[in-house]
Amino acid sequence: MSSLPFQPLPDDAGVIKGLQEGDEHIFEMVVDRYSGSLLRLALAYVPSRAVAEEVVQETWLGVFEGIGRFEGRSSFQTWLFRILSNRAKTRGVRESRYESIGLGTSDDPEEGPSLESSLFITEGSGVGHWKVPPEHWEADTPERVLLSKECREHIEAAIASLPLTQRQVITLRDLEGVSSDDICNILQISETNQRVLLHRARTKVRAILDRYVKHELK
Amino acid sequence: MKPTFKEQLMRYLAGNFSCQDVANLVTDYLEGALSPKQRIRFQMHLGLCFACRNFLKQMKYTVVTLNQLPTDPVPPLIKAELLRRFKSWKAE
Ligand SMILES: [Zn+2]
Repeated sequence: MSSLPFQPLPDDAGVIKGLQEGDEHIFEMVVDRYSGSLLRLALAYVPSRAVAEEVVQETWLGVFEGIGRFEGRSSFQTWLFRILSNRAKTRGVRESRYESIGLGTSDDPEEGPSLESSLFITEGSGVGHWKVPPEHWEADTPERVLLSKECREHIEAAIASLPLTQRQVITLRDLEGVSSDDICNILQISETNQRVLLHRARTKVRAILDRYVKHELK
Repeated sequence: MKPTFKEQLMRYLAGNFSCQDVANLVTDYLEGALSPKQRIRFQMHLGLCFACRNFLKQMKYTVVTLNQLPTDPVPPLIKAELLRRFKSWKAE
């Protein structure tokens, strides 16, 4: 049986019940809906795509193991991401013995000056003002940016270059739309820390977009 | 030109909140994590400063863009393998 293209995924209760009862059609829809997200999130933990793909496979096995006991105290998505996060962490630690995780190691939110500080006047009467005022972006900027494959690749590269915990936070919050409460739960970090990491990550992506808007969308 | 009463009031409420403060707190603002006092200062600064209004908009549009960044579809072979495993799990 092939699934209809626009058939929506049932709500959480429907998904959980379907999986618990072994409904293949529901499982197929869940796989379609979440596989890409899981891979994207796995890549925020482990250095290689091959390993990330394995982590995703292990996550699905974790779903089979755990779904019978899942009581719906969190959303299905949060539960799924937490399974991935736990498997990926174990994996990331193991892999890092062989391969440097690079940027991901030094990620202390207190460390270093604010990213934005180079954008501001630091001396004289204009202290704290923009050196170059940010430009106006047209309302259709997100649309136009997303239409450009090149720009999407720039954004993805910018995300890929972030320290790992920043990458995890921005992936969960902005790419997947997970609430900050759930993110703190999944990543086991404080809300303040989460926002600091999110701010740094968003700021870097904004700078990439700004460059693109200035040079390509004019 | 003499500032209007409204402008004077906004300036007073904005305090000495700088553009740099706005940039540093923009995520806290968007995430609803500012204290009421900070929030008022933030908004008063925005009311007086077009550059920071632009910056806030840029940050919002950055988030909107990220919200819509597509994922890759699952490769057919991987999906077939998952469905096979699901069936055998179900049969257990
Ligand atoms: Zn300003």
